[in-house]
Amino acid sequence: MKNSIIILLMFIVGVVLGMYKFLPNFLIENDFSKYSLYALMFFVGIGIGADSNAFSVIRKTKIKIILVPLCVILGSLVGAAITSFFIFEINMTEAMAVAAGFGYYSLSSIFITEISGETLGVIALLSNVLREIITLLATPFFVKHFGKLGGIVSGGATSMDTCLPIISESTGKEWAIIAVFSGVLLTIIVPFLVPFILTFI
Amino acid sequence: MIPVLFLMTIGLILGYVFRNKTQFILCSSKITTLIIYMLLFLLGIGVGLNKTIISNMMNIGIQAFLITFGAVLGSLIFAYITYKLFFINKNEK
Repeated sequence: MKNSIIILLMFIVGVVLGMYKFLPNFLIENDFSKYSLYALMFFVGIGIGADSNAFSVIRKTKIKIILVPLCVILGSLVGAAITSFFIFEINMTEAMAVAAGFGYYSLSSIFITEISGETLGVIALLSNVLREIITLLATPFFVKHFGKLGGIVSGGATSMDTCLPIISESTGKEWAIIAVFSGVLLTIIVPFLVPFILTFI
Repeated sequence: MIPVLFLMTIGLILGYVFRNKTQFILCSSKITTLIIYMLLFLLGIGVGLNKTIISNMMNIGIQAFLITFGAVLGSLIFAYITYKLFFINKNEK
């Protein structure tokens, strides 16, 4: 939670500084983001490789639990694809790439900015932050009307950390392991799926 | 995007090999956080300098909301069907 707030603050401070051009020139003229992204992916890789959770959760769980992140992937992509018909400025591929962040806004918005430009990057940032906020607020409602998986699929990648407490509280502790499994799997998939959609679809 | 996936795979292997070197892993997770802060800060600067985005902020916000709405609703519908078909018997009866 603390991390999310700092990330958003960094973004907002950047926007304000950019708007008033209150910046040293080298920051405006150079583009560091590409090489920073390379470095970032290297370190994200280390983090996933070293995470014993990532592997043990997958080993322990039964086959049908795979269905939960699958629902998130299919549901998000299909839902976003349909929504894209109602938005003039965005095509289907772009909408699907934004939705493929599954709430992991820092990484997905960085990727999308690099590939498709700042406008879609900002849409990805806002859209995925919104996904987290909606899950935090509406999980009890989702669980009541869409079954026990409601909060877990709404949270997407955030079901393993920021949204876990509210999911566990409104769904029951025994579902927390499914939430973590789904969140971990989606977190690992995001850096592969977002560029894949933008490059090949 | 190929170099990105290549670098990530190298990271994955290194992370797995050195998974017991707590100091190294902690350090790399701190660096990850710092790079994310910096990149989001840079994205912010880019957005602030971009007059088209700033003047369209409201419109961009609505697009973001619509995509989120579609994605969440789609996930919920798939999850509802999956829950009824595969999860309800074991956990409810």
